[in-house]
Amino acid sequence: MVAFRYVAVLVAVYLSFIIPASSLAGYDYIDINSPFLRKIPIAVPVFGTDTANETGMQLSKKASDMLSGMLDFTGYFKMLDRDSFIEDSAKIKPDASNIYFPNWTAVGAELLVAGNLQVKGGVLEIELRLFDTIKAGQLIGKKYTTSVNDLRDVIKRFSGEIIYYLTGNRGFFDSQIAFVSSGTGNKEIYICEFDGSNTSQFTRNKAITIFPAWSSDGHWIAFTSYIKGNPDLYIVNTGDRSMSVVAKKGINITPAWVPGKFELAATLSYSGDQDIYLLTGTGKEIKKLTNERGSDVSPTWSPDGKKMAFVSSRSGTPQVYVQDVDTGHVERITFYGRYNTQPSWSPKGDKIAYSGMNGGRHNIYTIGLGGKDPVQLTGNAGDNESPSWSPDGSLIVFSSTREGPSRIFVMTAFGTDQRRLLAISGEQTSPKWSPGLNNKQPSISNLGGL
Amino acid sequence: MKKSIWVVLALLLVIPGLLFTASCGKKSLTADIETMKDKTKEAPAPPPRASAPAPAPVVQKAPEPLKISEEEMRAREKTSAMQALMNEDVYFDYDSAALAPAAQEILKKKAVALNKYSNISITIEGHCDERGTNEYNLALGERRAESAKKFLIDLGLAASRFTTISYGEEKPVGTSSNEEAWVKNRRAHFVLK
Repeated sequence: MVAFRYVAVLVAVYLSFIIPASSLAGYDYIDINSPFLRKIPIAVPVFGTDTANETGMQLSKKASDMLSGMLDFTGYFKMLDRDSFIEDSAKIKPDASNIYFPNWTAVGAELLVAGNLQVKGGVLEIELRLFDTIKAGQLIGKKYTTSVNDLRDVIKRFSGEIIYYLTGNRGFFDSQIAFVSSGTGNKEIYICEFDGSNTSQFTRNKAITIFPAWSSDGHWIAFTSYIKGNPDLYIVNTGDRSMSVVAKKGINITPAWVPGKFELAATLSYSGDQDIYLLTGTGKEIKKLTNERGSDVSPTWSPDGKKMAFVSSRSGTPQVYVQDVDTGHVERITFYGRYNTQPSWSPKGDKIAYSGMNGGRHNIYTIGLGGKDPVQLTGNAGDNESPSWSPDGSLIVFSSTREGPSRIFVMTAFGTDQRRLLAISGEQTSPKWSPGLNNKQPSISNLGGL
Repeated sequence: MKKSIWVVLALLLVIPGLLFTASCGKKSLTADIETMKDKTKEAPAPPPRASAPAPAPVVQKAPEPLKISEEEMRAREKTSAMQALMNEDVYFDYDSAALAPAAQEILKKKAVALNKYSNISITIEGHCDERGTNEYNLALGERRAESAKKFLIDLGLAASRFTTISYGEEKPVGTSSNEEAWVKNRRAHFVLK
């Protein structure tokens, strides 16, 4: 696994802002709760550079492409074609006094990101600004000084600033996705970044390895593996690889970490029935959570950790249920269809995504708590399974066989902008989106003092 | 992985054995005797009789191959029974761990063999077709294996002779996405321990 590196930001200077921020940020730009989101037209011209050589030119192109790609990935923007721009982008001085906004509104841009960078002996100095072209003013301005090798981290950070300003939410640029791939001939767990880049193999068990689950601090991944022949539960530290094993008789499967705690739920069958248990992060049994005849599998926690959704066959077919952990009160929430499994509770807490089978095909649905308003997000495109939410709740990652072999796809929480995340050998299944992994990020944005 | 290598090895040993058995015991006995003759370099001589002045080693050795062959016969019979035990899968309906009459008949046949060879232990694997989701199928596979195990125990076989393992939909025998493949994959499969 590629260790997640914190960006070595030596300087992050808040440059200036012209539009006085009446509230903490401009949340009114993008209402992430709206299913009828209008994509904001944004221009991201190639950044300027004072380093007038090949390295500088290449890097500014690379940096602006990277930023453009990350913003596009969110699904919030309509990326404007650079060929249509009136101004020669490389000559833009990225501060408001030098920008002629009518040139940008004329091409349809409502937002503009301009940047300028310099390279000196491997040290990168990059200035990035977000402008509102209609109000003709700057919304965010940052200057980062770091190693040239950390360019991607800086771009992720500034993308995060933009999304935070526009939505009030931190986004997912510091998150990763764990998934299962069969490329080596065995199912093993892999990890990639939020956008499918930098894939690395996390397990080398040479045995069926499935059902990855991130702890809410991102430091642990639990999974099921047949390393010793039986489906046992492994709890592995992503840093030092320290490990605990739950290897009871029967199945030890479908782990799900309790938010904010070093505890997880998992299905064990050593008692003779398949029930969900609450375990410590080291695999010790705390208590049995379900106690009903039949299969109880696939727990997923509400963000406050008070409720658990899971799949049970207690009614005869697999359906999704929600249980209050303290009171034990259980409520069935899926009634349509005879096969509803793989629940994933949204980070905002208001919805549960799941895969439901209808007409012989699995598709992704979301449903409100109490079984309100089920919405089908995928259709007519193979089998779509294993939904998992991005940490900000704006996107859902899932697996799909629409291209033949199973691949990892991503879409917005409303089912729009469906696209493949990556293509590697073998089949990819069971994606799980991590929480935000870069806990230092907020201290940087506070320097801005918006 | 190790397990599958053992399965392959076991098959390599067992299939030729079966071919022998199938080509009938008598033939193999004759073949054995002829091989003995070859070894003693008495090719033109008639089969050794008690009255014949055959060299001592041959007289002494002659009954031996017959004895071994009888043991081999029993061994081959057992191998064949074990083959049947392992080759014949118990099939299930979609999203079900219930034993249909046909599945019960297969289990009863297996019970006869298991009664005869009381020293063998079995791992019952539970499998599913690809149509469900992996998580629920892993649970369903276990219920299928347990369901087969319970039926055999109810027929009077010792519970200690059976262990179960679920592979869910992780080890399909056929990877086609059609009813024919699905039927074959919804199975309990027996493996000698």
